[in-house]
Amino acid sequence: MTATLTLERPRQSALVIGGGIAGIQAALDIADAGFHVYLVERSPSIGGRMSQLDKTFPTLDCSACILTPKMVDAGRHPNIDLLTYAEVVEVSGRAGAFHARIKKKPRYVDADKCRGCGLCAEACRLSGRVSSDFNAGMGKRAAVYVPFPQAVPLVYTVDPNECVYLTRGVCGKTFKCKDACTAGAINFDQKEEFIEVDVGTVINATGFDLFDARRRPELGYGVYPEVITALEFERLASASGPTAGKIALNGHLPRRIVFIQCVGSRDISLGAPWCSRVCCMAVAKQAHLAHDRIPGAEITVFYIDVRAFGKGFEEFYDRVRKEGVLYRKGLPSEVLRRGDHLVVRAEDMLLGEMVEVEADLVVLAVGIAPRSDAAQVAEMLGVKRDESGFFAEDHPKLRTVESSVPGVYLAGCCQGPKDIPDTVAHAKAAACAAMILLAQTEKAMVTSDAAN
Amino acid sequence: MLQIESRAFAREHDLFACVQCGKCTGGCPMTLKTKLNPRSLILRILTAGNGFDLEPFEELWDCTTCSTCTTRCPKNVSPMEAIIGMRSAIVEKGKIHPNVKTALESTFRQGNPLTMPRDQRGAWAADLALKPMAEGVEYFYYVGCTPSYDPRGQKVARSLVKILQKAGVDFGILGNEENCCGSEVRRLGEAGLFEMMSEENTETYKSLGVSKMFTTSPHCYNVYRNDYPKNGMQVQHYTQLLAGLVEGKKLELTGKLEKTITYHDPCYLGKHNSVFDEPRAVLAAIPGVKLVEMDRSREKSLCCEGGGGRMWLEGTNPGTRLAQMRVKEALETGAEVLATACPFCLLTLEEAVKHLNADDRLKVMDVAELVAEVL
Repeated sequence: MTATLTLERPRQSALVIGGGIAGIQAALDIADAGFHVYLVERSPSIGGRMSQLDKTFPTLDCSACILTPKMVDAGRHPNIDLLTYAEVVEVSGRAGAFHARIKKKPRYVDADKCRGCGLCAEACRLSGRVSSDFNAGMGKRAAVYVPFPQAVPLVYTVDPNECVYLTRGVCGKTFKCKDACTAGAINFDQKEEFIEVDVGTVINATGFDLFDARRRPELGYGVYPEVITALEFERLASASGPTAGKIALNGHLPRRIVFIQCVGSRDISLGAPWCSRVCCMAVAKQAHLAHDRIPGAEITVFYIDVRAFGKGFEEFYDRVRKEGVLYRKGLPSEVLRRGDHLVVRAEDMLLGEMVEVEADLVVLAVGIAPRSDAAQVAEMLGVKRDESGFFAEDHPKLRTVESSVPGVYLAGCCQGPKDIPDTVAHAKAAACAAMILLAQTEKAMVTSDAAN
Repeated sequence: MLQIESRAFAREHDLFACVQCGKCTGGCPMTLKTKLNPRSLILRILTAGNGFDLEPFEELWDCTTCSTCTTRCPKNVSPMEAIIGMRSAIVEKGKIHPNVKTALESTFRQGNPLTMPRDQRGAWAADLALKPMAEGVEYFYYVGCTPSYDPRGQKVARSLVKILQKAGVDFGILGNEENCCGSEVRRLGEAGLFEMMSEENTETYKSLGVSKMFTTSPHCYNVYRNDYPKNGMQVQHYTQLLAGLVEGKKLELTGKLEKTITYHDPCYLGKHNSVFDEPRAVLAAIPGVKLVEMDRSREKSLCCEGGGGRMWLEGTNPGTRLAQMRVKEALETGAEVLATACPFCLLTLEEAVKHLNADDRLKVMDVAELVAEVL
């Protein structure tokens, strides 16, 4: 007990890794309490997965409409240092006194000068030719881009893997983007920079990856263009998406839509034994959107069980069925092509018969998976992961935001699948736990150390 | 009555893990045409108390053991192995179809399920002067029953020999001393006989110093790779060996074959062992060949209905044949040749082509035969 006693006051600042809704919420709460926050986001903008969603279940709030104000708040909060397009590369120290090294990747755009007007992107040789990650590959952008119009910060970034100059060393006689920029913001001389920060606490809010549907080859993802993931559907349905909210493939409205649940969830064989918790309701919502926007559409949802456990979830599931969405019990075994359409083959378990359902669009409810680089992050922070690969909480009931390392906390889906309200609650709890540490006076520290 | 102790059976096959999602049945090629429903069978066993009567379930003998159910199950249950287990219970009680009985007896007495005499096994190679397998010979070529006795299968074996001789591969065979591998015996449920055969064969191969072997049939390849006790021997299907030779430039294909070919993945090569690329790589190496794919290829390949002992059993719906569906799919691609790499597939598909009067449009050939044409 006495050996670990620290009488030095914790540094009055926090490092939040990841700028999705979990990281944003935690950062805002800590900053609002008067502590300083370094909010580090790897991609060019904060917003995370939530910014890609169209509507949220079960209330059908517009996702961007409720998220964007929080992003703006985080971007201009006096107590938040927003470090986007940056990565934490090293963390050392202990609770109350951590030291972190942060790599700022070159945007090749001067953030102070860029006004976010987009003239560079219009002028870029690859304008409309680079696959947009934000649109889940469904849309195109230029090699210089903002991921989406509400990006925070609204600063353009040159994609180093796509830009003709950065990949081949030459881009015609002059730089089109540079010529187009009236603010003189394009700067190909930028180099990566490192920032060193001292903080009292670290919050890991690194989020999740989606299950790669190609690992279930029988479902035809990546082979049939009419088979898409639920996230791709989300971008099709979104007003800010590639089709401006029209649920259409190559300009055609699908008449028969089949949703398949549990693709990469509850799947022991492929190492994803957990329930992803959001897919049942996300699909219910998407089925509703399809019903709403495609008059006369025949919509079928294939499921193993419907898990409508949250507030208002069962009621929403009732509503969607009453709208005419057909729920059929059975996990489809394969998707085949027959002429100009697809056929989803399944056993309808309640009929006890094999059925074939024709489809113009098949949507796979892909599960939530640990980040592919979670092992590296775990090593950097020295924290444990559980056998599923998500970050391990210190106690499954009583310490769900504490990691295995004192002073390092977990927020959101990096700890396990969560929907938005659960993520926000978890992030607030993580912020709270972090602030208990930050707010400690010398006297409190002695007491809490003794108590632990 | 063919009573099994269903509780013990369910535990032994981990059936309590089943979440009743129907993924197995939804993809089962036999459910398309017969009453076979792996998902419902599992539930019936789980809910049967401690005794379950297999007698009414004649469709258990429809299963081709293609493994679609097992490869797709999200809970690591193997409905296929459970069906083999149920067959075992039936075989143990002796209540088996006369054809199954004949195949098993022939395997026991003659070392092959085809009721052919043991001392004729090596006749196919009588004029080839092949090395007998012995210590110091690099590869053991396990020919298998169908390629040894069936005239169509023999063509494949002879083609393969021709290729390997051209490539200078050092291999030996066992001739009349070769014995059935037991793959179909195991899948017909004769677990005891299979165990005896696998022990005998392993002893023989050990005494001959076999360290590397290859097979004509994916069924033999699979049984050596997955069902025999681990013995340190490297087993390959011949398409894997050929792919290696082509890649290492030890086998040069100098002729030309201006043909459009579609490849049918045998279940025991593809779904059972994930060997999808090697046969395609070999076909792609043939100058002039244009490879086209059927919609259902690789993991989705439709079973030809020749596995799991079905070469000797008609099943409960002999009217509709999967091989015919498969040939229709091949015809849709516009291919002139339907290639495969399994003696059973070769026979079932060829028969289907004849039945559909498509001989003039589509030829069924083994990968080895195609390669042998361009040496």
